[in-house]
Parts: sequence; C-alpha cells; structure tokens
Amino acid sequence: MTTSPAIANPRDTYKRQKSTRSNFELYGWVFMRASGVILLVLIFGHLFVNLMVGEGVNAIDFAFVGGKWTSPFWQTWDLVMLWLAMIHGTNGVRTIINDYAERDLTRLWLKIALYTAFVVVTVLGTLVIFTFSPCPVDAPAELLPSVCTA
Amino acid sequence: MTATIEDAPTTSVPEIPSFEVTLRVRRYLPESSHGDEAYWEEFTVTAHGTDRVLDALHKIKWEHDGSLTFRRSCAHGVCGSDAVRINGRNRLACKTLLKDVNPDKPILVEPIKGLPVIKDLVVDMEPFFASYREIMPFLVTTGNEPSKERLQSSEQRERFDDTTKCILCAACTSSCPVFWTDGQYFGPAAIVNAHRFIFDSRDEGAEQRLEILNDKEGVWRCRTTFNCSEACPRGIEVTKAIQEVKRAMITRAF
Repeated sequence: MTTSPAIANPRDTYKRQKSTRSNFELYGWVFMRASGVILLVLIFGHLFVNLMVGEGVNAIDFAFVGGKWTSPFWQTWDLVMLWLAMIHGTNGVRTIINDYAERDLTRLWLKIALYTAFVVVTVLGTLVIFTFSPCPVDAPAELLPSVCTA
Repeated sequence: MTATIEDAPTTSVPEIPSFEVTLRVRRYLPESSHGDEAYWEEFTVTAHGTDRVLDALHKIKWEHDGSLTFRRSCAHGVCGSDAVRINGRNRLACKTLLKDVNPDKPILVEPIKGLPVIKDLVVDMEPFFASYREIMPFLVTTGNEPSKERLQSSEQRERFDDTTKCILCAACTSSCPVFWTDGQYFGPAAIVNAHRFIFDSRDEGAEQRLEILNDKEGVWRCRTTFNCSEACPRGIEVTKAIQEVKRAMITRAF
C-alpha cells in the first residue's frame, strides 16, 4: 500500500488577516491636506517675517528670537507650526514605512523610532516655546531684547 | 444553367510580410532541473505584422516547447485571462500587437507581479478574487421585489458607466506598487467594482461597501501613482474611480 501525497485543498480560500475598519486613515488623509494648506501659510509667514521684513536675515540673533517669544502671538504661531509640522511629517513617514517595510518586525521598529523622535522633538519644542527666558541674568545688556531693560 | 465563375480571379492576395521575433519568457517550472528558481528563456518565432503577443506565445507552445504554460480563453480581450507583463507593462497578450512592442529587440514576457506564480505565466488569482468578493459585487436592495425592471435614467447609468467595463484581468491590481509590498491591500480592481455598485442608483448597499473599503487596507492605501489607469486594457479611469470612492467616504463622515 502506498501513501498518497498530501495535496493542498484547491478551494482553500485566501483570507484577510484581520479587518481594520475605522475612520483613522480617513481622518489622517483629511488632516494631511488641511494641515498642508495651513503649514504653507505658517511657514512662508515665518520665513517672510524672519528673513525679509526690516533688516532681514541679519537681524536674527538671541535678542530677535527672545523678543519674538515674549509675544503670545508668536508663541502661538510657533507652537501651531511646530505641532502641525511634526504631526504632518510623522504621519507622512508612517505612511512611507507602511508602504515600503514588508516585514512586520522591521515596520514595528521603524515606527518605534519614528514615534520616539516625534515625542522628543515635540515635547522639547513646546517646552522651549513656553519656558524660554528672554532675559537671563548676568548677560551683557546689548545682547538682550529691548523688553529686558524696560 | 447554373451560374459559374467564368474567370478565376487572377490577382492573388499579396503575402503578409513576416519577420523573426524573439520572446524572452520568464519561466517557473519547479519540477524541472531549475527547481524553485524562475529563469528567462528565449524563443525565436516567425510572426506577421498582424500577430499579437498571444499568437507568438501560441507558436512557442505549439511548435517549440509544449511545456510553456499561460492562461487564455477568448483570445479577444474580453475574458481577461491573459494579463501578463510585457516589456515591464501589464497588458493583455491578446490585445498587444507585436509591432507595437518593438519586435526588433527581445520582447520580455513575465507573469503579473504581486500574486504567487504557479507555473510560468500562470499566477494564483485567489487573493485578487478574495478582495473582489469582499466588496459584495452584486445588487443589494431592500423591500419587495418589483414586478418589472428596475428603471434608471441614462444620466444615472452614465454615472458608473466607466467602471462597468472591468473584465477582472488583474492588470491594474498587479501593477500597483502598494499591492506589491502589501498583499492585504484591496487593490484597484476591487475598488473599481465597488464603485460600479456604490454609484448605481438601483443599488442600496453603498453604505456597506463604503464601510468595507474604509479600512486600513482599503482606499486610503492608494497613493495615486496612476499605474492602474495606465495598465487597464479597457481604458477605465481607475485612479479617478478610487478618488470618487474616497470622496464619497469623506462626505459620509463629515
């Protein structure tokens, strides 16, 4: 008696690993478009104010940046720009990782690295915008913004 | 008296010029000495200016090497069996004339990408059809069945006319770079066939189909590279159809 070889079931249907239905990717898609438009305004506004208005690029020094951050308007501007740019960029790189990393583990580690970088930059940036001291003690007066002497 | 032809026509039909053409075919024959390695094999056949790539493949199979394996059924661009990658582009072998793919150089013929190769140019279409089945490619209605046809204006028919042309050849899905790396992606063909019902005024299953495609592996994986639109042998504007499904989802969500 001979044993017959095992033949794969021809009707063995292919199955989706798991259903991942949610509005997450939908909101992500809409966010990328909306934040992109807002970032255009924020970034070019930032570049225009820093590099072209008044003395232009030569005006940038500690006093210039310090002075800017004493105003709640620029604090908000920079905060929104930081967060939108970071989320927009992180989501973009997340998409690229999903597209190109074929192995589950590679994808996992790349994403861990990406989200770590996101948290570090965003937390640090937010902290700087809100806790920045424009008038450090013992600093030469000519390097400080005008608000310090007032 | 029966009518007879007095003079046989003296003008003979001019012979169609023939030429030699070389095909480099990607072969996969696990039972051969090559084992699990796919390899290229060149065949030179005599072809005519009116011949298609499928005719050349037939000539190889019938006159040179009977082991060459490929799918074809109607051989006239309707059944969608013989989608292959010719010179790096997905086409139907039965709709591609040899003279249009530069017969001066060897013509590359490979199986379509992204699906498991079974033998030579034959791939396992099951993952492709599984996605197709998932989007419910049939009419979904509620209420009592009408005693006559379900009527529709020509404008309503026009709305989804483009996507009714699909022949499920998989040329689009297997040209999609997202599908190459992520076999879980529904793929353009499934979305095109969902579009065909979502925008059909007689159908009431649009909500369910949008829900199915609102998946991490659904329409949001589309990167609008337009490979699918370029590959479609029926000229369906595939990328446009995918975008219309996306738009329907967004208007549904907000």
